[in-house]
Amino acid sequence: MPTSDYPVSYPIKKIVSETPSIKTFYLDSEISSSPGQFVMVWIPGFDEKPFALTKNGKEIAITAKKRGAFTEKLFSLKEGSLLGIRGPYGKGFEFKGAKKACIVAGGIGMAAVILLAEEMAKKKIKIDFVQACRCKEEVLFEKRIGKIAKLHVATDDGSCGVKGNACTVLEKLLKEKKFDCVYCCGPEPMMVSVLALCNKFKAPAQFAVERYMKCAHGICGNCSLDEHLCCKDGPVFAREQLGKSKEFGKTHYEKSGKKTVI
Amino acid sequence: MLETSFCGLKMQNPLILASGVLGVNKNNLLRAEHGGAGALTIKSISLEPREGHKNPITAVFECGMLNAVGYSNPGLKEAMKEFADLSEFSVPIIGSITAGNAEEFASLAKEFEKLSFSALELPLSCPHTPGFGLLAGQGTPEATKAITEAVRKETRKPLIVKISPSIPNIAEIAIAAEKAGADAINCGNTLGPGMIIDINSGKPVLHFKVGGVSGPAIRPIIVRCVFDLYQSVKIPIIGLGGVMNGRDAIEMLQAGASAVGVGTAIHYDGPEVFGKISKEMEAWIKAHKYKSVQELVGIAHK
Ligand SMILES: Cc1cc2nc3c(=O)[nH]c(=O)nc-3n(C[C@H](O)[C@H](O)[C@H](O)COP(=O)(O)OP(=O)(O)OC[C@H]3O[C@@H](n4cnc5c(N)ncnc54)[C@H](O)[C@@H]3O)c2cc1C
Ligand SMILES: Cc1cc2nc3c(=O)[nH]c(=O)nc-3n(C[C@H](O)[C@H](O)[C@H](O)COP(=O)(O)O)c2cc1C
Ligand code: FES
Repeated sequence: MPTSDYPVSYPIKKIVSETPSIKTFYLDSEISSSPGQFVMVWIPGFDEKPFALTKNGKEIAITAKKRGAFTEKLFSLKEGSLLGIRGPYGKGFEFKGAKKACIVAGGIGMAAVILLAEEMAKKKIKIDFVQACRCKEEVLFEKRIGKIAKLHVATDDGSCGVKGNACTVLEKLLKEKKFDCVYCCGPEPMMVSVLALCNKFKAPAQFAVERYMKCAHGICGNCSLDEHLCCKDGPVFAREQLGKSKEFGKTHYEKSGKKTVI
Repeated sequence: MLETSFCGLKMQNPLILASGVLGVNKNNLLRAEHGGAGALTIKSISLEPREGHKNPITAVFECGMLNAVGYSNPGLKEAMKEFADLSEFSVPIIGSITAGNAEEFASLAKEFEKLSFSALELPLSCPHTPGFGLLAGQGTPEATKAITEAVRKETRKPLIVKISPSIPNIAEIAIAAEKAGADAINCGNTLGPGMIIDINSGKPVLHFKVGGVSGPAIRPIIVRCVFDLYQSVKIPIIGLGGVMNGRDAIEMLQAGASAVGVGTAIHYDGPEVFGKISKEMEAWIKAHKYKSVQELVGIAHK
């Protein structure tokens, strides 16, 4: 019968500054999740938001980009401060049987796919990894990816890799190679473009989609994407599902449940 | 075999999606319909948009769930757009409105009269939102009478008053609602409130600290409340609280409910739980040689 599901807090063991706007927080808690799933991170007494795990197993980590109130508070925490975790939630990426894969990540979307790359590498899957970000300083997990995949960087200002966006690189790769699957996470307009490219090249693809999450266990209904609940049926969706979606790239629901244009 | 009618609503089975579980938009109402619900209740709508309490808004424990959502909802104006067209649904949909006082309730009801909901529900019983429900003093016979009368003047739809199982004199509340013109009682809202503390930080897990208790933990209390109400009022009753399976739903009917609400069970089994419960009910009814759900209503009183 039922088990409990609420946050349990642990001290932060280590904080690593990855880029000027991104930090990784290590915790001594054990969670086994599959890449693409997420956890809810609670600052006790403050608020709680969804994050991907960027380390998994005997110690866990989350990697966050500073954006608003929650991540600002998170960035002010010190080693030893408590963070609560519950999860994992949702359905992750599927990569059984894949031999050649392409991962496309934009900005902090990287956090959702780094474990995917590492898990696939363990299965000897060949990976082309496209990372798009603003500038050289914002390139994330360069060393971790370098060890296991061929990294292609695209920056808005051309300060590292190709000048341009993820699709500039992806289109070239899709022309040259056939992938068993393209895995993507990034800002929704970018995912819309990647979806269009994958449709054009008939490349199978999976996307990790963000919607405003509250309960994370399929009760509150705020994370709707069409009839799907992003926290339960997603956050990973296949190309075909998103192709049929009336809402992907168009509308989402705010914290009040108000439908808003993206 | 499971077909029934409740306050004139034709239902393929007696199971109703509880307000506030999914139901914030048409997408997830459709999902519950496809999961097999006999009728659907929308998330309660207030005059102004509300973001609700900060997270965590839910906490699942060993025998159920705590929630302090805090009536987050897009507000009347957005709701009028979202629910303007309900033609894609094939099951009855119940509107739900929430407010701080009788006047506000009445003005919401007046607007909702323009929408094609099959019935209107008034929760006077939320235990964890300042300005609403129990925290606005709506859990008394006097407030119940005032609000029900005010809304009754504005609506011709079947009117359901949703009451709190936390109130000892629950029958008095139901009688007040019945006298003021309610067509049905929903029994009921969450119990409590309760609290869960994260012992490592020493902080309550819910951001609002306390939250209404739902799920298996409250079912025996709801069954007793429904049993008592069946003897106190003549209008039909929705039994809502902790129903997880066919057995629990039949128990509610036997206590005196004419329809059965389902909310927290969706946490355990997803929106498909309605289909599962229906199958289990049907199997039991067949095995025990009954012909309809109506025959089961109030059996425990015989
Ligand atoms: C499944 C999933 C996994 C995520 N993984 C990561 C991750 O690994 N690293 C990371 O930095 N960020 C991740 N995010 C986004 C992260 O939750 C938001 O960056 C964070 O909530 C921002 O909060 P804020 O208060 O700092 O900023 P705000 O100013 O409140 O919000 C900034 C942006 O984040 C979005 N956001 C805010 N609250 C939520 C919420 N409760 N649910 C979904 N989106 C929200 C808003 O739409 C807004 O566009 C993930 C989101 C989802 C849905
Ligand atoms: C997350 C959540 C949100 C709720 N929101 C509302 C609401 O907006 N209006 C309302 O009348 N009841 C609300 N309720 C109460 C339920 O409708 C129901 O009365 C209660 O959960 C007991 O039924 P259950 O045990 O089947 O969940 C909510 C319950 C939960 C768990
Ligand atoms: S976040 Fe509540 S249903 Fe998905």
